[in-house]
Amino acid sequence: MKPISQSVIKKDHLAKASGSAIYVADYDPGQMLQGLILRSPHAHARILSIEYPELPKGYFAVDYRDVPGINEVHIVKDDTPVYANTTVEYIGDPVMMLVGPDERELKRLLPQVKVEYEVLPPVIDVRDGDTVFFDYHFGKGDMDAALAQADQIFEETFETGYQEQAYLEPQGLIADFNQGKITVRGSMQCPYYVHGALAKAMGLPPDKVRVIQDVTGGGFGGKEDYPSILACQVAVAAYKAQGKPVRVIFGRREDMEFTSKRHPSLCTYKAAVKNGRVTALDAKVIFNAGAYTTLSAVVLQRGIIAASGVYDIPALKVHGQAVKTNTVPNGAYRGFGAPQTFFAIEMLMEHIAKASGEEPLAFKLRHLVRQGDETSTGGRYHFPVPLPAMVEEVRQMSDFDQKRRLYAQPQSGTTRRGIGISLWFHGAGFTGSGERDIIKAVCRLHKFPDGRVEILASQSDIGQGIKTTLCKIVANELNLLLDQVSYDNPDTDRVPDSGPTVASRSLMTVGELLRRAAIRLRSQWQEGKDQTVEEHFKEPDFVIPFYIDKFQGDAYPTYAWGVCAVEVQVDTLTGFNEILSTWASFDVGTPIDLNIVTGQMEGGLLQGLGYASMEQMAADSKGRIRNNSFSDYIIPTSMDVPLMKVKLHVEPYPDGPYGAKGAGELPLVGAAPAYMSALEQALSGPIYHIPFSAEDALKLIKQSRRAEA
Amino acid sequence: MNQRIAFKLNGQSVVYEGSAADRLLDVLRQTYRLTGVKCGCNEGECGACSVLIDGHLANSCMVAMGRVANCEVTTIEGFSQTKRFEVLERAYAAVSAVQCGYCIPGMILASECVLARHPHPTETEIRSGLSGNLCRCTGYNAIVQAIQIAAREGEGLW
Repeated sequence: MKPISQSVIKKDHLAKASGSAIYVADYDPGQMLQGLILRSPHAHARILSIEYPELPKGYFAVDYRDVPGINEVHIVKDDTPVYANTTVEYIGDPVMMLVGPDERELKRLLPQVKVEYEVLPPVIDVRDGDTVFFDYHFGKGDMDAALAQADQIFEETFETGYQEQAYLEPQGLIADFNQGKITVRGSMQCPYYVHGALAKAMGLPPDKVRVIQDVTGGGFGGKEDYPSILACQVAVAAYKAQGKPVRVIFGRREDMEFTSKRHPSLCTYKAAVKNGRVTALDAKVIFNAGAYTTLSAVVLQRGIIAASGVYDIPALKVHGQAVKTNTVPNGAYRGFGAPQTFFAIEMLMEHIAKASGEEPLAFKLRHLVRQGDETSTGGRYHFPVPLPAMVEEVRQMSDFDQKRRLYAQPQSGTTRRGIGISLWFHGAGFTGSGERDIIKAVCRLHKFPDGRVEILASQSDIGQGIKTTLCKIVANELNLLLDQVSYDNPDTDRVPDSGPTVASRSLMTVGELLRRAAIRLRSQWQEGKDQTVEEHFKEPDFVIPFYIDKFQGDAYPTYAWGVCAVEVQVDTLTGFNEILSTWASFDVGTPIDLNIVTGQMEGGLLQGLGYASMEQMAADSKGRIRNNSFSDYIIPTSMDVPLMKVKLHVEPYPDGPYGAKGAGELPLVGAAPAYMSALEQALSGPIYHIPFSAEDALKLIKQSRRAEA
Repeated sequence: MNQRIAFKLNGQSVVYEGSAADRLLDVLRQTYRLTGVKCGCNEGECGACSVLIDGHLANSCMVAMGRVANCEVTTIEGFSQTKRFEVLERAYAAVSAVQCGYCIPGMILASECVLARHPHPTETEIRSGLSGNLCRCTGYNAIVQAIQIAAREGEGLW
């Protein structure tokens, strides 16, 4: 283990453990007004009129007419309105905000606001969708020839459901408009995304917009795009409040029902097999975007680039669509489109192997990509692919082969056991040329005369420990004690734009920039002087330029790798399954802090297992999400996975700090197919969708009994 | 109707003047400004608002003020002044069990309850004792380990 990997006490540990860390809901409510949002009760309707009751003194209403700039939230395409003006596009679409000093009074007044609607027909099921927001095609090799020459052709459709980020701290922001300048602070991942959105909606130049991240109670992608929307709404309210700050804190139900989630997906995969080898894959991937585009373009891009998984398939044809429905807009969630396509390719490979009478793991290993191979987009796997060694580690930890053989034998009693394994990657950092062409990260180090150094960057610590790991890197290069390097929550008035806290990029990309900045500072170090150094992103020389219009080139400079095995036991009377154990090996390059990385891997893996089974959320026929509380949307507790063993496999990345590469998202991405593979063994039947419920298990048991009879 | 509800809060005798139906969570956060008590769901599902009432773990969002009359209520602010907290906090630090931190004040009080009941807990006793407190970040392993460490290091405290 490298010295940098040794764990330290996290920078924010004591404040959080003792309860003294201040989150956005913790500021004194006496000092500010509260806001409550009125939402559309219809999935699709035209707004005919809005009528306000007479409001008590100190209370006021805010709607689209109050937006001083443009009534659009800048995300990628700016089709999300700050407040709905002509139509509402999903149940929960914000129509207006009621603002005043007392929350109870706001709750009493809100139902008195009369909005007249002309109800329009909604599209709820993505299969009925006729508006395609994004439509991408790419491929390689000779698909027609491969299909024509195939021994066998497999075609299967896979479906995945919503997943709610379920960060423990609900969304919340405070806005304050003073002397022509808007300040927004609170719970968020990307201060500069919020900054850009505010400038447009408020019609203000960048220097009249200030965004400050407060201590944030989890994000997982849920605080990537959504805070830009809420920030504009609260900012408009503060603009009207004339000098009094306005705060909005969501309740859990509001947060679960109306904020962005993981895109439900529908993947139809067709594979050609010749001489026991998959020679071609034709993948059609449909993501349910919801009512507005938000981040769907980029989520879909990452999803379809991973369509063929970790396998070398010579002919590839990929068609991805993000389709509009009149449901809550879906956005970023850890894994960003890849968990959906990895579920599809991993299950398809399982099914093809079984049909050919081969063990799925052996079949998958025969198809693995290797260093130097071409990626799905004609880029290269530039660095070693450590999957075979990682599979071996997981095999040994889990006693995989023996259990797999044992559970293949007839099982007696009312329970059935199974074990399964999955393999995956996660492209490290932004997809394509985003880092080079759009983000253009800048960061600084400021040295005080007394020798202390402050990091100036826009990464937010949302629990992943970036405050600690960035400081460790700088302290290491400058031979300083960790206490002598500080990193405050970002404030756009003080820090440059080093990019958002997304895409598992912060440590790998910004960490490396800071490492270089520290080396430069060391070479210029002058005792007793106040000094600042600045570093700009530069794409590594080996990268094959990526063109998004053609989906050609290196979509990612490098990859993090994952292997996971899951062992389950199913009660055949109730259909309920329990995870007995899970084992995983993850390669995220050099861990910058062993504890921190292990915590990321374990937490992400548990989220991935939740996604596969217990986390169930659906829109009903009217488009309403009813699983809007922790009673109806179940996330794993401490009892659900009693044994979880994670091992780190280190394949250093030369362009990441000390060999580190993207980490945060990886562990979630491929957990579901391992779980479903185990269930397939226990239930002796194929699985095509997640989340997989107890009812689904009972159906499958019945089906396989019928097949036996 | 306003009532006078006397109780002990973090070791101090206090009298709350308000409705017996007010929520303990709101009163702790708003009246006494004890914001270490977090609100994660407001309906007794997540455990972020956990406090100790006469040494028992309770979701303060599900407790009416009338219920705490003459009781001893301990929040993380009070508990963080104890030796037991010091041991638990160091144990959480040793395995970096704190990520986003939002569940942690409740989680530490749940840990205290596990150890008060089982000074030498099995892993199953720990997991069972934490099962009312949701954490979305850690996968729970580090928190379980922290309690095991605290049980070892805090010999005699529980």
